[in-house]
Amino acid sequence: MNLVDSTQVNSTLLSSETASSERTLYPYVTGTSVIGIKYKDGILMAADMGASYGSTLRYKSVERLKPVGKHSLLGASGEISDFQEILRYLDELILYDNMWDDGNSLGPKEVHNYLTRVMYNRRNKFNPLWNSLILGGIKNGQKYLGMVSMIGVHFEDNHVATGFGNHLARPILRDEWNENLSFEDGVKLLEKCMRVLLYRDRSAVNKIQIAKITEEGFTTYPPYALKTFWNFSAFENPTVGAEGSW
Amino acid sequence: MSKVAVDVPPKGGFSFDLCRRNAMLSEKGLRPSSFLKTGTTIVGLIFQDGVILGADTRATEGPIVADKNCEKIHYMAPNIYCCGAGTAADTEAVTDMVSSQLQLHRYHTSRESRVVTALTLLKSHLFSYQGHVQAALVLGGVDVTGPHLHTIYPHGSTDTLPFATMGSGSLAAMSVFESKYREGLTRDEGINLVTEAICAGIFNDLGSGSNVDVCVITKGHKDYLRNHQSPNPRTYVSSKGYSFPKKTEVLVTKITPLKEVVEVTEGGDAMEE
Repeated sequence: MNLVDSTQVNSTLLSSETASSERTLYPYVTGTSVIGIKYKDGILMAADMGASYGSTLRYKSVERLKPVGKHSLLGASGEISDFQEILRYLDELILYDNMWDDGNSLGPKEVHNYLTRVMYNRRNKFNPLWNSLILGGIKNGQKYLGMVSMIGVHFEDNHVATGFGNHLARPILRDEWNENLSFEDGVKLLEKCMRVLLYRDRSAVNKIQIAKITEEGFTTYPPYALKTFWNFSAFENPTVGAEGSW
Repeated sequence: MSKVAVDVPPKGGFSFDLCRRNAMLSEKGLRPSSFLKTGTTIVGLIFQDGVILGADTRATEGPIVADKNCEKIHYMAPNIYCCGAGTAADTEAVTDMVSSQLQLHRYHTSRESRVVTALTLLKSHLFSYQGHVQAALVLGGVDVTGPHLHTIYPHGSTDTLPFATMGSGSLAAMSVFESKYREGLTRDEGINLVTEAICAGIFNDLGSGSNVDVCVITKGHKDYLRNHQSPNPRTYVSSKGYSFPKKTEVLVTKITPLKEVVEVTEGGDAMEE
């Protein structure tokens, strides 16, 4: 990690004459909400596969749920390039951990702490990684699910969401989550939340990816589309009481 | 009625009289107000026999709760009610005004008011004030043409919907509606769904709280269920009440009457008109 920081410092010193902004000011290619829940055997996460470039839905096959090491699963919303950079940092972290070859491996709690430090330190330099991350995993039977935001706010809970998911999905999860969700029930609950997000979030696409992490490891399911319902009678004839109005 | 009724009938089109004044104001630095969702959760849905409206009961003044149990479901006509979110004075005033206009209209036409009448009166008033009257309304009622549910935004646009939410808690309530609403709900199912949606707003949004008000409107009948659910009771109340240990000694008692005894003189001049 020292390697990365010193190159950053050198580049800022060298280019200070040109005075161009070396800081992230706004995100360009962004992913929308991710939802994660603890269930009986581990952690379940859902995200759609869309990445928007401003108000265009530019990329429709972006995987925003990635495994980290043997025990963890990372989901990210926000700037996709920063997410790819974080994956690179984590790759290096896991590599160094494996090189110790001592039978120990970094669990989800450790990876979450590492991500918190990275995000907070970048924010302190006014150059944040513009992401909200969800880190979930299970190690030695202990389930862990946490979130880190782009300013370094981090916490752990039984169900977490990023972005719009906080407003639309967490009320549902607070009501309907319980300790002993089976895999099918967990997926149904996540689908319920993703459907509401699809209806009400403008940057959502109807191509969702579900991933889970259990003691056996990481599994991702092929992407699919949710069924939606548009046939309310009020939609079919909205001006039935007043012809000509809207 | 509005000021237009008193003046010469307009020649049509938009009246640009205030544009010079607006330009002068913005030069002086007055920014036009932007849309503000203030603390509230209000919802409405259509069920098989009519319309159900719901609202929370918290009124906020910035970070302070000003009224723990206010009424956000306003009367418009015997068959039409309106929930209001936004500036409380604006919602009260605008619904009162349109309610009176509807009453006059009922006298004039000898007919039950229609929801679209209330809708048009509200939307044209709000549009003419260009969003400065910050009232976001959920209007519902049952008239001869059937049950209707509309949302009205502060700038004057309207939507006709099978289910609607407004206010800062609207996303939490909408998540409940989007996942659980279907057509042809019975009265009890509808009331439960509305209560669930308002509770989602109360518990997940800081701007909404306290109790749940529900109003059920069907053909020829309405049920205003004030405080239908109170999920936030005061939990720790001292059962033995308050008592002051040391009694205060009475030293002197002196009674001074505050009302003066007035002498009335008989006769004198009669009152002038």
